[in-house]
Amino acid sequence: MSAGGGVAGRVLVLAGGLSHERDVSIRSGRRVMEALRDVGVEVELRDLDAALLPDLAANPPAVVLPMLHGTAGEDGTLATLLELHGLPYVGTGPAACRAAFDKPTAGSLLAAAGLSVPRTLTLPQNLFRDLGSRAVLQAVVADIGFPLVVRPARGGSALGCSIVRDWEGLPSAMVSCFAYGDDAIVQPYVAGTEVAVCLVDDGSGVQVLPPVEIVPDGGFYDYTARYTAGATEFFVPARLDDGLTAGLVDAAVQAHRVLRLRHLTRVDCIVDEAGVPWVLEVNTAPGMTETSMFPLAVDAAGLRLGSLLTGLVGRLVPDAREPAGAR
Amino acid sequence: MSDPVPVEGRRSVASRLDSYVDRYAARTHGMSASEIRSLFAVASRPEVVSLAGGMPSVAALPLDVIGERLHELVLKHGQQALQYGSGQGDEGLRGHIVEVMRLVGIHAHPDDVVVTVGSQQALDLITRIFVDPGDVVLAEAPSYVGALGTFRSYQAEVVHVALDDDGLVPSALREALEALQRAGRRVKFLYTIPNFQNPAGVTLSPVRRAEVLRICQDADVLVIEDDPYGLLGFDGEPPRALRADDQDGVIYLGSFSKTFAPGLRVGWALAPHAVREKLVLAAEASVLCPPALSQAAVSSYLETHDWLGQVKVFRELYRERCDAMLTALTDLFPDGCSWTQPRGGFYVWLTLPTGVDARAMLPRAVTERVAYVPGTAFYADGFGSRSMRLSYCYPTPERIREGVRRLAGVVEAELGLLATFGPAHSTGRLDLGSPNPDLA
Repeated sequence: MSAGGGVAGRVLVLAGGLSHERDVSIRSGRRVMEALRDVGVEVELRDLDAALLPDLAANPPAVVLPMLHGTAGEDGTLATLLELHGLPYVGTGPAACRAAFDKPTAGSLLAAAGLSVPRTLTLPQNLFRDLGSRAVLQAVVADIGFPLVVRPARGGSALGCSIVRDWEGLPSAMVSCFAYGDDAIVQPYVAGTEVAVCLVDDGSGVQVLPPVEIVPDGGFYDYTARYTAGATEFFVPARLDDGLTAGLVDAAVQAHRVLRLRHLTRVDCIVDEAGVPWVLEVNTAPGMTETSMFPLAVDAAGLRLGSLLTGLVGRLVPDAREPAGAR
Repeated sequence: MSDPVPVEGRRSVASRLDSYVDRYAARTHGMSASEIRSLFAVASRPEVVSLAGGMPSVAALPLDVIGERLHELVLKHGQQALQYGSGQGDEGLRGHIVEVMRLVGIHAHPDDVVVTVGSQQALDLITRIFVDPGDVVLAEAPSYVGALGTFRSYQAEVVHVALDDDGLVPSALREALEALQRAGRRVKFLYTIPNFQNPAGVTLSPVRRAEVLRICQDADVLVIEDDPYGLLGFDGEPPRALRADDQDGVIYLGSFSKTFAPGLRVGWALAPHAVREKLVLAAEASVLCPPALSQAAVSSYLETHDWLGQVKVFRELYRERCDAMLTALTDLFPDGCSWTQPRGGFYVWLTLPTGVDARAMLPRAVTERVAYVPGTAFYADGFGSRSMRLSYCYPTPERIREGVRRLAGVVEAELGLLATFGPAHSTGRLDLGSPNPDLA
């Protein structure tokens, strides 16, 4: 058995990469590495580069724990490669990653399952060029109205995301959004209580961590509010009554199941004035930085991040006490 | 594990994940995470051609020789080099610095030199001893991002003065001073980088040097002359320092970061006697003394190596890279863009067609594996959205051309967006914070 913490062998934490969220990923990776070391697990932190695949083949770790946010990490690419190498990893499988990462696809699947998802218009950059921006935006505004939210169809950390309250701000919001990708989505702005629900699922059942309520100082949970310590106030558990909390948690767990996710999931929601939990986004590689909500929820549940992760990792590693192939 | 179990009956706990949040000084306002800074994390990867950072090409140094000197230094003089030293800096090094300054026409005494942790610390100390919150500091438009960060941290109000291809515009300086005087505002100093300016790459013409000094003398305004690049001109003699023609009205800042090694963090300030005394006291309160080992390393290098020959190597290297960048821009960039033609230093300042926002464009550039610093970083007032700083000091000429090729494609795409959506409206947010993106 094991180097420590109930895990046999080395855990490779992957962080960094070349996505726009590299900085966040590095911080998540470091935090996770420390948490695992604290519980005695042998752990290595590594960036993504051209030497990764040969290294994995030459010196395979017991388990890979990807902490890559954005493209390559969350779009299923890395999961595909790890499966090709026959390496166990923490996180959702390739197909489910792809579906969850693409907000229009995820939204459609969730809406079809009966969850409340803001109406979503997906707008490729070419559409504006071919049909004229004014005409397209007029149609969009006629359908969605102000205030509305513009954001990239793929990617996280609120990068390229804007709340638009009038015509004047709309072209800039579109330009900022298209700087992060070729497809934008436009949704109505949902006012209410912003809450993140973090879930842990080792295959035997879903564990729901205390929902985290988000109150950013500036009113908008943008990149600065997310990653500047002190710029956002969190309430754990969220200040919702039991009925609303139950509805919120049900929605989050359903989203996790509909999208066929596993291990670590964060579902971002807004509970509106009528008590409806709107699912905004589902994250398959939730942030683990010092200002991220997942570790906050873990603490609030009275758990240790290292122990929680060790539990997930331990189930993926062929254990000396179990017959070969038991995993 | 259990199936969904909402947490019930538990009291909600508030947290800001920063237990010090209500204790920070007002001057920390604006020290926050930003999208733009996060993109610089990607720029440091080798796949990305970074035209953003201002890192000198230390690979051109004779590292084997320097290694031997450092070895000898510790063996023979370790007891001094590893000990605390004078707050003003090592006397021997100050003597060498006086000799270095002769190259730009300055005649000074070692007693008037204060060795600092890079010229950045000199800037910090000067701002500390002169600026109260709300005081006005004049700076070129655009100006060095690290200086703006320092001024902001002391809550100075920065008023920019126009710059053109011949450097600071004297008439604009005069008008700014008159307007501030009419408003009853006292200007504490003018901060200027006269040679191969960061970020614009331009140099103050000889005629204007005299004029700028005269205007500041008439208005009784102190001049802070920051000269890290003066010896790195591509043509002939280094420009004559402003301080060479005004001993009392100019504080001169110098640095070994570009002529030798930035990692040693050795710079200096040359100041009138009374100011120098306060700088030393402020420096002692800040860092006790500049690092003795770094100072000894610089002295050893200056004494035993043909350091001016090495500066010539740097000049030729940067000239080749500058030429590569200017040629690539001419060959590859779309119509409607313009850029400066530096004759030394590290930087080209590029201006995009009206309506293109260089800050909003940066994520697209990073996706295409090229990075630059958006122009807004070099203004304290939100201007500069159409501009960007391109550095040629670090990448090879081949990488520079590849970076410009990628960037040209990004600009073409942005022009397509401009045609589709009309001019972008910059947010004008200043969110680069510190440390500065020269490290990207």
